Amino acid sequence: MITVVAITLVTFIIMKLPPVDFVTAYAAQAAASGSSISPAEADAMRLAYGLNQPVWVQYWKWLSMVATGDFGRSFEYSRPVTEVIGDRLWLTMVLSIAAIIVTWILALPIGIYSAVRQYSVSDYAFTFVGFIGLAVPSFLLALIVMYLGLRLFNVNLGGLFSPDYQLAPWSWGKFLDLLKHLPVPMLILALPGIAQLVRIMRANLLDELRRPYVVTARARGLAERRVILKYPVRAALNPFASTIGYLLPYTVSGSIIISVVLSLPTVGPLLLHSLISQDMLLGSTIILLLGVLTVIGTLLSDLLLMWIDPRIRAGQLR
Amino acid sequence: MSSTVIDADAPLTTEAESRVAVATQRQLIWWRFKKHKLAVVSAAIVLAFYLVTAFADTIAYSEPFDSQAARSYIPPQPIHWFDAGGKFHPQVYALKGKRDPRTFKLSYAPDAGDPRDLALFAHGYPYRLFGLFPTDIHLFGVSNGRATDALFLLGTDQLGRDVFSRLVLATRTSLTIGLVSVALSLVLCVLLGGISGLFGGWTDTVIQRVIEILRSIPTIPLWMGLAAAIPASWSPEQVYFAITIIISFIGWTELARVVRGRFLALREEDFIVAAELAGASRLRIIFKHMVPSFLSHIIAATTLALPAMIISETTLSFLGLGLRPPAISWGVMLQDAQNLETLGLAPWLLVAALPVIVVILAFNFLGDGLRDAADPYG
Repeated sequence: MITVVAITLVTFIIMKLPPVDFVTAYAAQAAASGSSISPAEADAMRLAYGLNQPVWVQYWKWLSMVATGDFGRSFEYSRPVTEVIGDRLWLTMVLSIAAIIVTWILALPIGIYSAVRQYSVSDYAFTFVGFIGLAVPSFLLALIVMYLGLRLFNVNLGGLFSPDYQLAPWSWGKFLDLLKHLPVPMLILALPGIAQLVRIMRANLLDELRRPYVVTARARGLAERRVILKYPVRAALNPFASTIGYLLPYTVSGSIIISVVLSLPTVGPLLLHSLISQDMLLGSTIILLLGVLTVIGTLLSDLLLMWIDPRIRAGQLR
Repeated sequence: MSSTVIDADAPLTTEAESRVAVATQRQLIWWRFKKHKLAVVSAAIVLAFYLVTAFADTIAYSEPFDSQAARSYIPPQPIHWFDAGGKFHPQVYALKGKRDPRTFKLSYAPDAGDPRDLALFAHGYPYRLFGLFPTDIHLFGVSNGRATDALFLLGTDQLGRDVFSRLVLATRTSLTIGLVSVALSLVLCVLLGGISGLFGGWTDTVIQRVIEILRSIPTIPLWMGLAAAIPASWSPEQVYFAITIIISFIGWTELARVVRGRFLALREEDFIVAAELAGASRLRIIFKHMVPSFLSHIIAATTLALPAMIISETTLSFLGLGLRPPAISWGVMLQDAQNLETLGLAPWLLVAALPVIVVILAFNFLGDGLRDAADPYG
């Protein structure tokens, strides 16, 4: 809850940062495009946002408007902000969450494999890929993948929908089309996370594998598969699971940049555009919603973690 | 310093053992660091990059802002190491531009009859070395004619500016911005992490809570918002400074946690308690006893934080929210390669990605090596 308040505060500061207040900017823009707004209209808007009053009054007015779901109008598109954002926010979240799921699905077995087969060829190969994932900024990765896609396969990997479905309303066909386009951005987005988690998993599991209880289990003649999966992997999993907390903000951040490069219809390009044209009501709403959704997601994952790990539950009870 | 590598961990012969016993902590760290081959190589690479930074103007051979439409999108140019007679005589062929009458696309053909000789320490455009000494000597150039008109080792961009020279100067911007940002965030995090770890109690709680909040918000949109607020009228120097500050905000949470952790751990150590009992003042304990024992950790953590700073700068500039032309950085250069049409037309513009990846990898390995070396129990 404190976090959410902090997010609204930070968002408000960002909104106020441009030297020209947004009503004046709006008026200038309207004048430039020929459809000027009357001074009375501008004054009405100033009054609504309390722009002539002290900063904390402005903050409060803006906050109470946001709380009722009124995010104002985007000057760039002259439509309500909520309408402009539309599906994009959900697509952002779908993309991020899908990327996180992929991260887990891939990182877990790779981490286990690398630890069990330490110093094997595939261990080195995975380590190498991991370092690439860590070292190449995601936008570069997206750029390179897109270039290779064009060069080698002559396909445009950008976008989340085929041209036919771009403006179509949601349908089963559009959903399938989305599924077809999702893997590439998903993998690009997931790679840094995978690289990090594989490293953590590998290191943790290696520590566990040296413990006496593993030797005991082996000496007792347990099948190798059972020796590894039943105990050390479980123990090594705990720090692994606790990284969920920062994986989500990290992935959402990454999705913004990747979306710009691959021109995905998420909030990424919209945010960039609104910030450059100083359409501050739109920009700050996006930042606010992303922040709040991420906090909610992190909260949910914490609950999930508590449900998975008996030790945390026990700690909570005590 | 000894010339042979000493294994500080293995059972030792008496002679080596006695040397380890009397070695200072600095020597021990150095010996352990030398065992980490990848880290040593990375250190050399990082050093080389900072040499390039120091001598950027000398290494660049043509003026980075000298644009000309007639030189637009020249592909990278091969060097001919031997002349027609088979003697070692590095040269490049002058290029003749031809415009396709139908598509209006410029294409370039090398003219073997017009070779330009490559020379070391050739004269080129005038500049000031270290901003002080006016000179026009460059590491290499062409001895007959202007380098700007003839030499295009990595091709040119849309405005006909030489990619190699720009890349060298971009290295300077990107690496110093990383360094300055990391220094700024180091000050911030040593201060806050130190206070947090030393005083504990509610100060600690507040600072830790702030760090937690900052970590739970997706940062990139936030920094984008901050960066977008930089007025367009600011000069490149002002923008550079503002971006440095914004970037330094990104990295400090991680470092502050490390510092706090070290402070907390050290506070309980026997030698600190002993110093306290001996009546040493608080300042003396901090600077004489605590700082030396975690300095190496901080250095390692800083090295690991640098790549994040460099990535941030590159990303922001790439999005058009960070440094903007006429400033040159890796991100600014990559911005030119942003869309598919350009990439299809001039794939060599992606070359700016290469130093980014190499530097980030090198810093990561170097930081890993330093961290291992600095850990006395590792």
